[in-house]
Amino acid sequence: MRIGVVTFPGSLDDRDAARAVRVAGGEAVALWHGDADLHGVDAVVLPGGFSYGDYLRCGAIARFAPVMEPLIDAARGGLPVLGICNGFQVLCESHLLPGALIRNDHRKFVCRDQPLRVESTTTAWTSGYAAAQEIVIPLKNGEGGYVADQRTLDELEGEGRVVVRYLGDNPNGSYRDIAGITNARGNVVGLMPHPEHAVESLTGPSTDGLGFFTSVLEGLVRA
Amino acid sequence: MARVVVDVMLKPEILDPQGKAVQGAFGRLGFEGVASVRQGKRFEIELDGEATPEAVAEIERAAATLLANPVIEDFTVHVEAGV
Repeated sequence: MRIGVVTFPGSLDDRDAARAVRVAGGEAVALWHGDADLHGVDAVVLPGGFSYGDYLRCGAIARFAPVMEPLIDAARGGLPVLGICNGFQVLCESHLLPGALIRNDHRKFVCRDQPLRVESTTTAWTSGYAAAQEIVIPLKNGEGGYVADQRTLDELEGEGRVVVRYLGDNPNGSYRDIAGITNARGNVVGLMPHPEHAVESLTGPSTDGLGFFTSVLEGLVRA
Repeated sequence: MARVVVDVMLKPEILDPQGKAVQGAFGRLGFEGVASVRQGKRFEIELDGEATPEAVAEIERAAATLLANPVIEDFTVHVEAGV
């Protein structure tokens, strides 16, 4: 199974995302922002970082990169897409996911090992987790406050589309402690914390993040 | 040549931590009588030609597509006089 990892100018975590794909047993395929071609991959990860220096708004310019055109079409058609941190911001700017990410309410960059609860195990990226499983993975962002209007928030909750929620202190002011969400179909997932940094005990606080990558690989094998 | 200005502001219901930080600095520096500060963005766009209704409509489209995120921001477009 081939999982593409997009590199934008300013992406930081593309190498770790590719490594996580390999640790999970998949083949990582490097995708370039300027190349409007997904090269036949079975799923795509939009990694963390500061694409285009976070100019204008986080993810706002990356959203119009050539690679995003086929990616947005494919995501609408059911291709599994995971947006991590800056990738989540890109997915919101692309309107593949509702809402937006704004500056942390306490105005400081936050970097810590973050407890989360997996709220939905019906997405392409979380099917391998147990319902309500608690995990700890790194969180590192300056603009991670998830916001949306009340109607959208109610819709997300009502349809079971909140994928992961912060446990303990809310780290960034996200409404309803939302750390990650999915689209109606469950193939597109965005989250602020970094599962790709928690796939090996040598470097991560846990290996709890591996489930995102094994989930999608198992789903692709079944499909 | 004409100049079109796009002002982008966070919607009133969206928290503006940058504005809050500026407001805090106002207080520390002794600037008084400030109830609140909200920070936005201003884009000055020079056109090749005149600010025809079509040209301004094009900038409005750009503002809605790229310069502002309508989920969290409002924008206004106006033609600057005397440029």
